[in-house]
Amino acid sequence: MPETVTFYLFAALAVGASALVIAQRNPMYSVLLLIASFGALSGLYILLDAPFVAVAQIIIYAGAIMVLFLFVVMLLNAPKEDAAEWDRAHPLRAPGVARWGTLLAGLLIVQLTSALMAVNEYNTPVGAQSDATTVNSVADMGRAIFTRHTFAFEATSILILVAMVGAVVLARREDNQ
Amino acid sequence: MEPYIRPVVIGAMIFIVFNLLIVASAILVLAERKIMGFMQQRYGPYLVGPHGMLQPIADILKLVFKEELRPKGADKWLFTLAPVLSIVTAFVAFATVPFGAETTLFGLLDEPIKLGISDVNVGVLVVFAVTSMGVYGIVLAGWASNSKYSLFGGLRASAQMISYELAYATSLAAVILLAGSLSLREVVDSQQGTWFGALPQWYLFLQPIGFIIYVIAGVAETNRAPFDFPEAEQELVAGYNTEYSSVRFALFPQAEYINMVTMSAVATDLYLGGWHFPGVPPEYGWIVFLAKVSVFLFVYIWMRWTVPRYRYDQLMKFGWKYLFPASVLNLIATAALVLYFNA
Repeated sequence: MPETVTFYLFAALAVGASALVIAQRNPMYSVLLLIASFGALSGLYILLDAPFVAVAQIIIYAGAIMVLFLFVVMLLNAPKEDAAEWDRAHPLRAPGVARWGTLLAGLLIVQLTSALMAVNEYNTPVGAQSDATTVNSVADMGRAIFTRHTFAFEATSILILVAMVGAVVLARREDNQ
Repeated sequence: MEPYIRPVVIGAMIFIVFNLLIVASAILVLAERKIMGFMQQRYGPYLVGPHGMLQPIADILKLVFKEELRPKGADKWLFTLAPVLSIVTAFVAFATVPFGAETTLFGLLDEPIKLGISDVNVGVLVVFAVTSMGVYGIVLAGWASNSKYSLFGGLRASAQMISYELAYATSLAAVILLAGSLSLREVVDSQQGTWFGALPQWYLFLQPIGFIIYVIAGVAETNRAPFDFPEAEQELVAGYNTEYSSVRFALFPQAEYINMVTMSAVATDLYLGGWHFPGVPPEYGWIVFLAKVSVFLFVYIWMRWTVPRYRYDQLMKFGWKYLFPASVLNLIATAALVLYFNA
């Protein structure tokens, strides 16, 4: 029972903080709420008996990446985002590209709803999974990542590298002009 | 031990550790001023109590009765949140640091207890995760004050943390490879015994480069001189805490001192054999532990009053071009040797 209560507590915190991230106009608050949401996710991982993933989540996302985010936000010293005039009107009356964004958001809602409906069919309570399928120890996890999931692991690394190289290229082009 | 006693023991342990850390930070304030005085050939605080021993209490009383100011343009919520975040992460980081073997404290207790609040199997990582969250207190303080000196302090803190955290974590990983465990207690217990009957089996002797990297990165992580850029007085007034006063201000230095204690305790656990010392029974290990941490803290203070501050660009260059590659090479070499000797 206490597990269910803590689950809903963390889940509500994660969803609430994530929703507020996009509702905020001050980018500084958005970053902080994102950190709160990561913290709540890490709590959910602990409930799932995955302490290593929980701690890795905090170290990598909250401790390293978000510090970088905060650094950028502070360096740009971005003022409160002032919305354009069309933003306050109905989303379908937004110009050009933004209208496609509205369409995609609609699609995302449909997709998420259908995914949530599907979950209900084989709904299992938290902590009821059999021990055989959960990866507990760090050693097991390392073995799984570097043997069975090597391809996915390396592909993700290259994806991140591509993003980094792309950012550098874009920044340099700006510089030359 | 009866099962219903466990929560009581843990609660008592949390209470004791919490108060020990507060007392330690008070002692460190006095020690810092006394040692600084000694190094500058003067007495240091001498008026309050015998030999100025009660100076920390006078300091705290003075700070409590000061007016709490908040600049008009400051962010109301974050300005208050920042010092709280600093102090909370400083306290929480100690939760998984063990500081002694099973002991009855000279027969004071009926049953032996393990000294340390919690012993989770990813203890090293928990300490690292919580201390890495500590930077938010400083960064937010710098931003929320809405003053240029504070902002520069906060910016420097975030850049410095990112740069030195990598080297710090990589030097930790080498010790974890040697010990084969992420639990701090198991890391300590794998350092028992001696080589050739005299040299204690501490990881300090297997990982001399890793130890040096850990100490340098640890000093940078706790924002102590010669890496105290977030509050470089000569350039930034007082850095991130320029606009703070009263208790809100007091929480920042207190968090810094507690972080120093945590950093020293983790270094003792990882590199100096924790509570193990040749010839000392584990029953009295916590005294050994205390002695080792005290030596470490003295070196911290010693460094602050003898080594001049770096230049900011030198700090970044040193972190990325020398310290981080050195720690990666150290990790690769350690991994190769562990693989070779275990196979």
